[in-house]
Amino acid sequence: MKSAVIVFPGSNCDRDMMVALEAATGRPPVAVWHRETSLPADLDLVALPGGFSYGDYLRSGAIAGRSPVMADVKARAERGLRVLGVCNGFQVLCEAGLLPGALMRNTGIHFVCRDVHLRVDNARTAFTNAYGQGQVIRGHVAHHDGNYFCDDDTLTALEDQGRVAFRYCAADGAVTPDANPNGSRNNIAGVLNAAGNVLGMMPHPERLIAPELGGTDGRGVFDSLVAALADA
Amino acid sequence: MPDNPTKTQGAQTPVADTPTEPAVTADLAAEHGLNAAEYDRVLATLGRTPTLTELGLYSVMWSEHCSYKSSRRHLKKLPTSGPQVIQGPGENAGVVDIGNGQAAIFKMESHNHPSFIEPYQGAATGVGGILRDVFTMGARPVALLNALSFGAPDHAKTQHLVSGVVAGIGGYGNCVGVPTVGGETRFHSRYNGNILVNAMAVGLADADKIFYSAAAGVGNPVVYVGAKTGRDGIHGATMASAEFSEDSAEKRPTVQVGDPFTEKLLIEACLELMATDAIVAIQDMGAAGLTSSSAEMAGKGGVGIRLDLDRVPTREDAMTAYEMMLSESQERMLMVLKPGREDQARAIFEKWELDFAVIGALTDTGRMTLVNGGRTVADVPLDSLTDDAPNYDRPHVPSEPRPLLRPDEVPAADDMGQAILDMVGAPDLASRRWIWEQYDHTVMGDTIARPGGDAAIVRVHGTNKGLALTADCTPRYCEADPFEGGKQAVAETWRNLSAVGAEPLAVTDCLNFGNPERPEIMGQFVGCIEGMAQACEALGYPVVSGNVSLYNETEGQAILPTPTLGGVGLIRNLDHRASPGIKRAGDAVFLLGETRGHLGASLYAAHALGHDAGAPPPVDLDLEMRAGGLVRQEIALGRLDTVHDLSDGGLAEALATLMLAGDGYGLDVRLPNDPDGQPLAAHAALFGEDQGRYLVCLPADRAEAFAHACAEARVPVERIGDTVAGPQLAIAGVATLALDDLRAAHERFLPTLMA
Repeated sequence: MKSAVIVFPGSNCDRDMMVALEAATGRPPVAVWHRETSLPADLDLVALPGGFSYGDYLRSGAIAGRSPVMADVKARAERGLRVLGVCNGFQVLCEAGLLPGALMRNTGIHFVCRDVHLRVDNARTAFTNAYGQGQVIRGHVAHHDGNYFCDDDTLTALEDQGRVAFRYCAADGAVTPDANPNGSRNNIAGVLNAAGNVLGMMPHPERLIAPELGGTDGRGVFDSLVAALADA
Repeated sequence: MPDNPTKTQGAQTPVADTPTEPAVTADLAAEHGLNAAEYDRVLATLGRTPTLTELGLYSVMWSEHCSYKSSRRHLKKLPTSGPQVIQGPGENAGVVDIGNGQAAIFKMESHNHPSFIEPYQGAATGVGGILRDVFTMGARPVALLNALSFGAPDHAKTQHLVSGVVAGIGGYGNCVGVPTVGGETRFHSRYNGNILVNAMAVGLADADKIFYSAAAGVGNPVVYVGAKTGRDGIHGATMASAEFSEDSAEKRPTVQVGDPFTEKLLIEACLELMATDAIVAIQDMGAAGLTSSSAEMAGKGGVGIRLDLDRVPTREDAMTAYEMMLSESQERMLMVLKPGREDQARAIFEKWELDFAVIGALTDTGRMTLVNGGRTVADVPLDSLTDDAPNYDRPHVPSEPRPLLRPDEVPAADDMGQAILDMVGAPDLASRRWIWEQYDHTVMGDTIARPGGDAAIVRVHGTNKGLALTADCTPRYCEADPFEGGKQAVAETWRNLSAVGAEPLAVTDCLNFGNPERPEIMGQFVGCIEGMAQACEALGYPVVSGNVSLYNETEGQAILPTPTLGGVGLIRNLDHRASPGIKRAGDAVFLLGETRGHLGASLYAAHALGHDAGAPPPVDLDLEMRAGGLVRQEIALGRLDTVHDLSDGGLAEALATLMLAGDGYGLDVRLPNDPDGQPLAAHAALFGEDQGRYLVCLPADRAEAFAHACAEARVPVERIGDTVAGPQLAIAGVATLALDDLRAAHERFLPTLMA
């Protein structure tokens, strides 16, 4: 699988994402500077990493969402290229219009870095097929603006079309307010676009890829992508 | 600039920078923090009245913060060398060898005064400054720690200060993308008017690619990079060198404002340039900004420096030479490049959208010459700013020794179970989760031991080695007996590193004290240094970098003497490491070291008596060496994975921690006896803070072999019980407590305080 990681000024999980992708795919991803106007050819995946692109100035993801490289990311996504945005990458995808909704400040006001439980609400996607439907996995969040918001019609569409990939939940899978670290509507932790080739998620799968880092539940996202490509 | 800027014919007589510049007098010098004798020294050095710009240079370079004029002669007592030391004190940070051609680079620094005045920005820029000290030397920063001292929880300002400081540390570190992995937080009324914010940064570099600050090469370009210079932070170093008074809030404009986004770009740009061989020397602009960075670089290199201030990138119009030289605007660096490499360097900084300007050149004059608007506005000998700055032998008196506190002088609680719950929920021991969940502690994907253990562990990227990191001090002990307190602070970091299985390599220190012009405060400083020196010497654990923060007083009330120590250790094989949480039922529980029930200066005594009392527990450095060595050996051999050292709160805290950090297991134990095998009073056994002790758990079938290894190493040991499947702490004849109750007590304090 050939992958690329976009690097914006202020990205700080670009290396982590590259390590996780290389471990899963066996080949190092290409780093693409945000000022490039086109992505490399023959890509199977573009990842937008976490961080504080442009210092979160204006709104998190707002300036990066209008970076030169994003025009080609959008064009290629419309032609079916898989795009994964994690944390700030999710914020950038929303700002760029590749995903609906927005990430607002956590309801608790504070930045929050902790392990959470996630329920896999759609295991039939290119990003989640390595998990079981409804499986509860460990996730890890580290964000200040992770409170997913969208209007009622969008929310209905997301739910009806199975576009909620991950939801914050309790250890037993129950979706409760206490299990929600940031106030997201319907405890949404990750959403897909209508075509299913773009996923944005606040939890960092690349931080849970080895037992010594606290767990391996994040690997499933990368393993799913590799499996989806093999099936294609 | 003149045609040949590097040759200046001797000293020049500089002129005023602006027509409105005030006349320099002894009174104006006094307002700048220079006393009459110091001002006379300036006059004698120059043989004339200084210009305002020159007065500014002397006032910051001779401030306590920059000159270490009260501390220099005593800092020399600390051991600073060893086979592992690549660079000791005197550079931007210390450097130690970690094998395989790699080095760890680290330092701790205070940002106390700014954080009290403006907690968010004060703490944030403290993080930014310490990061620059580390990446200046060519290291990629890989971890941050902090040691925070706040006033009493019920003091009117405490909640506001905790909130701002924690948000500021997180706001900066999270954005830069360096994990904040550990530290300590305490509460004591003696910090009511003067909180402490000590930040530590750790970086990694190749041992043969370390960058230093000594300038070299007459004619070489002096280059300014990073953010623009504004009027913020002017006289920050001078503020940090004076006591506080009621009107300190008026000094808010002297607190700098940080921009972590620019810092992140600066890190990447500097590391990119460092991968080439274009840099001769580099230093960050920290306290006293452009003044100290240029004076120290040129001074260390034994050359001169000439700066054309018209070329300094500024954020505001019409800044004077005085303002540019004294600004403490953040995220700026000064470097000396090899000739002809300017364009290569400029391209890198432009890519990262940072300012880049050649602002001067090295000269052969040994002087700092500043030109603004075509006029020479300052021309002073560099030595007079740096090596020849005042160096005082301040009078000091030793602290009055406190008597030993016998257990029967401290009331025993009627309900010992409740006393344990009160202790694990006390402000100084309660969970710090509310704090460290606001810090990104997992970014960079190498955090092996997260906050909350004895020492954090960060993997050396791409290897199976790890750095263990901790920051500690017990100011109650330092107040009661500065010498023993200094020893203990060193020993505690050493013990915390040993407890996770790391070989302690070296420490950085951040020495926070009151007004050194008071002999009793100076006595605390000297006592702590001498105690630290003895411990560092005995443990083969040198000091490689550090910082001194004096004048931590408000309205004549000094802080507790607080020499914070930041320890760094090496784990050669991460497969073999230890943590405090119980991992299995059926393990044997051993207590290593001697328990004498020493309640003097303990947390328990402070709570039971309502005030700090008694002499602190002595540290037996010989026993410390043997116990730490044994623990590390057993961990390295893969025989031991559950270890916690005993400190504040004694055995009670340690038992609770083993359970709170575990996976729902319990403990079935009895109280230890004294070294003669005699029983101790329950409150003394539970809450005594005898030093050099560890609590360990290991499978029962290895208990005998372990006891034998302890005997061989001459480490006193007593098996006090077993781990059990049920989630409760049962202490024979004393109390039985449910894990849920321990957890509720432990987690309550900060969320309640901060609600």
